[in-house]
Amino acid sequence: MELKTKITAEPGKQDLLITREFDLPIRLLFKAYTVADIVEQWMGTKVLKMESKTHGSYQFETTDDKGNVVFRANGVVHEFIPELKITRTFEMENTPFGVQLEVVQFEQLTENTSKVTIHTIYETGEQRDQVLRLPFAQGINMAHNRLQEIATKLK
Amino acid sequence: MNLRRDVFQAIADPTRRAILLLVASQTMTAGAIASNFDTARPTVSKHLQILTECNLLQQEQSGREIYYHINAKKMKEVADFIEPFRQMWDDRFNKLESIMKNYKGE
Repeated sequence: MELKTKITAEPGKQDLLITREFDLPIRLLFKAYTVADIVEQWMGTKVLKMESKTHGSYQFETTDDKGNVVFRANGVVHEFIPELKITRTFEMENTPFGVQLEVVQFEQLTENTSKVTIHTIYETGEQRDQVLRLPFAQGINMAHNRLQEIATKLK
Repeated sequence: MNLRRDVFQAIADPTRRAILLLVASQTMTAGAIASNFDTARPTVSKHLQILTECNLLQQEQSGREIYYHINAKKMKEVADFIEPFRQMWDDRFNKLESIMKNYKGE
């Protein structure tokens, strides 16, 4: 089976490329990226703030069963062009992974299919590799918990 | 001895990646490997040492010569290291796609 989500991370570089095609019109793909309660559902984190506009900002937060914050991230939107491009920063708070620059491009393929291309640039190649090696596979919420554990150890 | 050799630092170097490509097709001696590069022989030896220390290369003594061959298992591990990260994004995007299909009528 062909992999739908592709990731390119060349050795020694400080960036990576994620691409994915969707059976969705571009209008709906873009909406999924910009409406807070939809982002919450697929990213698996609470969205505290989502200003989908140039110079807007956003904030994510995940809490465990007891209400402890296990993951918090934020960023600012540098450029926002509907159904075409979002350039923004992303930073996981209280982790040593630094800030990353995300250039998210949206492309219409046919009337009912579309594609997203995410170019992420990290501060260093080392930070990129650390993020790539986080144990994400166990599920997003689990990953966030583990992330916090690891981040604490790395401090 | 540096016990904290990082396999990702090892493959970040272009000469070391070229060595891995070279040895991937056949087992070679240090001399044969070095003859493929303009770099000084001791520099190539240092690269071989680093690749051996992080288990990307394995040494095999044959008479007076030491042959280097690639450790396929370790190489695969390195190649697969982004797979969990890719899987996470694939899960997220699958979810995005199924959620948004409900909005199609709008």
